[in-house]
Amino acid sequence: MANTHPIGKSFPRKEGRKKVTGQALYVDDLSFPEMLHGTTVRSPAARGRIKNISFEGDIPWDEFIIVTAKDIPGANYVALILTDQPFLAADFVNHPEEPVLLLAHRDKYLLEEARRNVAIEIEAQPAIFSLEDSLAKKEIIWGEDNVFKKFLVDKGNVDDAWSQADFIVEGEYETGAQEQLYIENNGAIAIANPNEGVTVWGSMQCPYYVHKALVKLFGLPEEKIRIIQTETGGGFGGKEEYPSLIAGHAALLAWKSGKPVKIIYDRAEDMVATTKRHPSRTRHKTAVKKDGKLLAMEIDFVIDGGAYCTLSPVVLSRGTIHAAGPYFCPNVRIHSRAVATNVPPHGAFRGFGAPQSIFAQERHMDKVAHAVGLSPEEFRRRNFIHEGQTTATSQVIRERVDMDQLLTRALQLCEYHSKREQFARENAAHNGRFAKKRGIGFATFMHGAGFTGSGEVFLQSVVSAEATAEGKVRVLAASTEIGQGTNTIFSQIAAETLGLDFDSIEIVQPDTGLVPNSGPTVASRTSMVVGKLVESAVMGLKQTLIGSGLLSPEYTEADFRRACADYLANFGSLKTSSTYQPPPNVHWDDEKYQGDAYGAYAWAVYVAEVSFDELTYEARVEDFVALQEVGRVLNPVLAAGQIEGGVAQAIGFALFENVVWKDGRMANNQMTNYIIPTPADIPPIRVYFEENPYAYGPGGAKGIGELPMDGPAPAILNALENATGISFTHVPLMPERLIEAFIE
Amino acid sequence: MMNIELKVNGERRKLEVFPMARLLDVLREQLQLTGTKEGCGEGECGACTVILDGRIVNSCLVPVAQLNGSEIMTIEGVAGQDQLHAVQQSFIEHGGAQCGICTPGMVLAAVDLLQRNPQPTEDDIRTGLAGNLCRCTGYIKIFESVVRAYQK
Repeated sequence: MANTHPIGKSFPRKEGRKKVTGQALYVDDLSFPEMLHGTTVRSPAARGRIKNISFEGDIPWDEFIIVTAKDIPGANYVALILTDQPFLAADFVNHPEEPVLLLAHRDKYLLEEARRNVAIEIEAQPAIFSLEDSLAKKEIIWGEDNVFKKFLVDKGNVDDAWSQADFIVEGEYETGAQEQLYIENNGAIAIANPNEGVTVWGSMQCPYYVHKALVKLFGLPEEKIRIIQTETGGGFGGKEEYPSLIAGHAALLAWKSGKPVKIIYDRAEDMVATTKRHPSRTRHKTAVKKDGKLLAMEIDFVIDGGAYCTLSPVVLSRGTIHAAGPYFCPNVRIHSRAVATNVPPHGAFRGFGAPQSIFAQERHMDKVAHAVGLSPEEFRRRNFIHEGQTTATSQVIRERVDMDQLLTRALQLCEYHSKREQFARENAAHNGRFAKKRGIGFATFMHGAGFTGSGEVFLQSVVSAEATAEGKVRVLAASTEIGQGTNTIFSQIAAETLGLDFDSIEIVQPDTGLVPNSGPTVASRTSMVVGKLVESAVMGLKQTLIGSGLLSPEYTEADFRRACADYLANFGSLKTSSTYQPPPNVHWDDEKYQGDAYGAYAWAVYVAEVSFDELTYEARVEDFVALQEVGRVLNPVLAAGQIEGGVAQAIGFALFENVVWKDGRMANNQMTNYIIPTPADIPPIRVYFEENPYAYGPGGAKGIGELPMDGPAPAILNALENATGISFTHVPLMPERLIEAFIE
Repeated sequence: MMNIELKVNGERRKLEVFPMARLLDVLREQLQLTGTKEGCGEGECGACTVILDGRIVNSCLVPVAQLNGSEIMTIEGVAGQDQLHAVQQSFIEHGGAQCGICTPGMVLAAVDLLQRNPQPTEDDIRTGLAGNLCRCTGYIKIFESVVRAYQK
């Protein structure tokens, strides 16, 4: 056996060399002979009937390939959860920038000029742009009541609790839209014709989502659609469901033209037309006993889904389940709704509803603590969930969880208590003069890994592995590398399982023509769920070789190579597959929304230190501690990179990233005026892990990717309350809002 | 159209170009040097960073007409014949690259920074890289990669 154990070591990124030398090929780096460029002509209005489309200007229109809804060979909907979103609006538009018509030409400069010369005339109908207007049914724009989905989580008896409460504390919290802002814009290239079917290369997280959508769009059998993921320059959820649209558009143009067609969005189009994080509003009403114990929580959670359903039901689900936090409360009622508005559909973004509801929960916990007369720390300590207790969905926590210890360690790491005293003293001394005030605050939270409830059972994910004659092992999975480290982690898991060298493992590029459906690359499921399948698939190789008598149970790398060569010489090929099996004792009731919502949770305490400049109203994060328990850490450098990157995005969510809406359209769709954190804005982000191996994760790992998005926003606003004495309830907290708060 | 002569990654190139073509497009489309990336097209993100006559520029903002006789280094020209530049090696080892789309620009900005300032402080690094945006790393591992590169 090889004596190195790759799991737990910081192997360098598998495709790192290609990336640092510029050799990695992203979709826009590919080109095909006779390739045309494609573009999308979009709705100028938020809602209404398409009256007329005219082709104007001095444009040689006969040179253009023009596609409308009438050219669609199959069904005109993006197959996902529902079938309400068309690939191309046929006669009615429901949001600004909705795709109506497609153009292709070999000259991309002329193409852009042509796009500007297509006039789409819309007979406008009343539109609604806020979740308040949608809830109030100011206009019914979707279904019977504007509601895509609602959930009710009901534990204990909330109604009876209020009369027994010593304190009842209410609060309302809001979060804004947020742009994923992957640095590589969305793009796809398609080749499509009736003989060969459809092949798409693109930047994406979930090749099989695109596959499913294009099977319906073209009405072709599954084997006639092939989707290949190219190197992907960031996703964060923004390339979870949207690539189905752009892939479908490129394929429709390719189908009609008979030539390869490339569509690459520029930044302005990507920002104005593609998905963002769902805006949210959360109302809390909390009953507490004199001893500081939670008695009842009533939570009303609403998200704005935009014009079509897309993934809103699942985003709502995750937000709902995380809304009550890592606390034990005997009576909990969570009522949640995803509602329609006439803005481009909101979609997946790292955390997927949880950052919204956790923001509300963790701001509210500070508010309740204050009302009860306890410190934020002490109030939480009296209510943390422990092993054997139940969550809001009545899931019994069976893993070891010690939030008290996590909190103690996190507060020590940033010298919370002494800083709290120091800042109180200094802030008071500055009173009456313009000064920088400082504060420190924290959030305690959890994040479930994998699909919610029975989701993983329905997905039935598969991973395959095959041996080559050279004794290398190839892992075949649909999980994409989008920067988070899939290639490296899968290689480590396979190498560890087989006792082989890290470099003996090859990861096959996700291509639906080659790899099985391992489910989407979302929900912090790649390491924990798909990684476990990698482990069992490659274990199958080893067992087959041993079973065949060509390999003894104790083997060296050379023995393994020889055995593979012998096996292939005798039998032609060696390939094994593994299909998802749920861990034992996991039960979920989709009707009542009760039961084991997630197989495992990551647990965390994040602490933010902030400064607030009374002269400029600038709020800055000065120091950040992120402590989490994520099971076994598979690769410390990659894991810390996930946390640091997530914290940075969440600092943006809290303080910088403001989507300005004008009649349902993003008005600041440029990097010039939608601001993400730069190297100059980021505080030291100090990342710490506690390791508590999870029995059903590969090498003991749990999910990690989304977790860091959850905690920073409430921690930062809790710190700002500590600095200023003002309780802020909305993110992004822009300087303009800070000014307003001080004037009030 | 006009004719220009450039030195790209040490190699002399004669090109017929539209005067107002962006250097970014000339590199990617005429010279097939696709390591230079477009992120925003307006000089905000730095993904298209190249070194032009010894200074880093956003190649999306540079019209090619003004470049006759210039010398350009793109990401393809950073590594030596047999081995990577210390910055590239350090980015691989210390987690400086995740999705990789900002990496070519970030590496060039770091190479340029270390040429001008071989032992930058943390503030120098933050300022030196401030024109290059990354959405994956939160920058911490990038700073560390730069520090480790010059410590070598």
